[in-house]
Amino acid sequence: MTRLLEWLGRGFLGLLLAFLYLPLVIMGVMSFNRSPFYQLPIDWSTTWYSQLFANAQLMSATWNSVTIAVTTTIIATALGTAASIALFRNEFPGKRILQVLLFPPIAIPWLITGTAMLVFFFWVGIGRGPHAILLGHVALALPYVIVVVSARLQTFDPQLEEAARSLGANQWQVTRRITLPWIMPGVIAGALFAFAVSFDQFVVSYFLATPGQATLPVEIYAAIRKGFTPEINAVSTIIVVISMALMLLTARFFSFGGER
Amino acid sequence: MAHVSVRNVSRSFGAHKALDDVSIDFPDGGFYALLGPSGSGKTTLLRLIAGFDFPDEGQIAIDGDSVERVPVEKRRIGMMFQNYALFPNMSVRDNVGFGLSVRGEPRHKMAAEVQAALDLVQLGSLGERRPHQLSGGQRQRVALARAFVTRPRVLLLDEPLSALDKALRVDMQFELKRIQREIGITTIFVTHDQEEALTMSDRIGILRDGRLVQEGPPDETYERPGSAFAATFLGDANICEGIAIEGGIRLANGTEINIEKPVKGCTRCAIRPERIRIATSGAPIPAGDNRLHGTILRRVFAGNIITYFVDCSGLELKVLVQNDGSIQPYINDAVRLHWSKASTVPIVSD
Repeated sequence: MTRLLEWLGRGFLGLLLAFLYLPLVIMGVMSFNRSPFYQLPIDWSTTWYSQLFANAQLMSATWNSVTIAVTTTIIATALGTAASIALFRNEFPGKRILQVLLFPPIAIPWLITGTAMLVFFFWVGIGRGPHAILLGHVALALPYVIVVVSARLQTFDPQLEEAARSLGANQWQVTRRITLPWIMPGVIAGALFAFAVSFDQFVVSYFLATPGQATLPVEIYAAIRKGFTPEINAVSTIIVVISMALMLLTARFFSFGGER
Repeated sequence: MAHVSVRNVSRSFGAHKALDDVSIDFPDGGFYALLGPSGSGKTTLLRLIAGFDFPDEGQIAIDGDSVERVPVEKRRIGMMFQNYALFPNMSVRDNVGFGLSVRGEPRHKMAAEVQAALDLVQLGSLGERRPHQLSGGQRQRVALARAFVTRPRVLLLDEPLSALDKALRVDMQFELKRIQREIGITTIFVTHDQEEALTMSDRIGILRDGRLVQEGPPDETYERPGSAFAATFLGDANICEGIAIEGGIRLANGTEINIEKPVKGCTRCAIRPERIRIATSGAPIPAGDNRLHGTILRRVFAGNIITYFVDCSGLELKVLVQNDGSIQPYINDAVRLHWSKASTVPIVSD
């Protein structure tokens, strides 16, 4: 009986992994197939990769995406970490309300947020374009960073800050030498979230992009609408490999949330 | 080394008055224990002296400089925390050197001072360890070295021994005292443990509900408690209540208790349990001693000490007897108790 359950469990796990990874694997394999119509047997080739690198539109969209994601990550992580530390250290009227208000943006559908941002940005004169996308992405990523960093701060003993101050350390020295080293795993995790939110972002980017200045997801969507080419498989495969490598590397160096 | 003075300091948290008009002088180079139950305001006072918090009213001065508005990082104090608060991401050496490094002290000078501090707390060889690789007693020594290596004007200790087990605690009491004497630093020590306060300090201040109720050297504070609270919190005491008569008090059962230095109108007195003797049958009782007849109600054997609870016509007295090998009375034995007039302390307040 227990053996049966064990096998059922393993089977379930296998199905789950297959469900998650099979589409990605097929996409990866097909990006190396010369036939654009998924014909078997596979005729191995890197032709789609050469075409991809020759496709100026996709390449520029990739460059846009990377720039915006990196900038979003830096800004959102810095702001979010500072905000988390401020919320952790200080008591002020309305603190609870502020903390509660940080969560709903995560739950509000991006379609709604995107529409609202588009309307608002036009109204205040920011308009559309890469700067608007960046602004929107930072706003979207910020709550994730604050939630993750605050969770890590919950494991921080505030008496360590007091001890450092009693030894003559000023606010900045306390933050840099005591608080930041402790919450660093949370900061890295928050940065990863910020990067992912920005790099994967389609809806908000789609609303805020101007023609010729789109991000990669927007460009992929446009390309699929015109007619699917396996170049998309190639660029997606590259993205999957890089993101997974990034994730595994981070997981290797930091155990999220746990004690070091 | 410095002299610390606290003048008329009050601090409230909401409606709760944590400190109420407290004035204390902490002598230069002395070891001062702030003793009190939890909620008595002793930790609040320590945090005010440290500079983590500021008083609502009153002055705090270190060596005559008014510091009550100076933040902690500028006060040049050293503090040791109850849970030590060692920096987990740093080695022992870096923990101890932290205060010197934030002051921008040159590296070679710093290394020598850190090593000297580690040697003083007998941890000279453990500099590269991380805090989690140390025992409780070792962590405590690191915390102490870290607190004094910057040559602070005052050393503040917040229940530093409470996290240690009993045997280690006694060792560390001596150790702490030795190091304090060696560097001669003014030390203020917060504790709820009366034994710690008595054995370690030069002066004791007893706090209760945010007020200083008594202050003085340990022996004097123990021998002449001014209040029922001081008598029972610092050590143990039998409190007898009656009506005031010439030279003492008369209890409800008619017994008169004589006091050597009576206070006019005083209706209570305290007698330490170890001062009461049980007279062996037929043995003479010194003239002038207070004497009572009683029956032993309970007996608690603790090896070196036997504690008796004796009923003296309605008055229950606690008596400590050294287990010196002589024949000791047992439950229901009728006994004669006596103690000197000098051991009877008048109690004038709660």
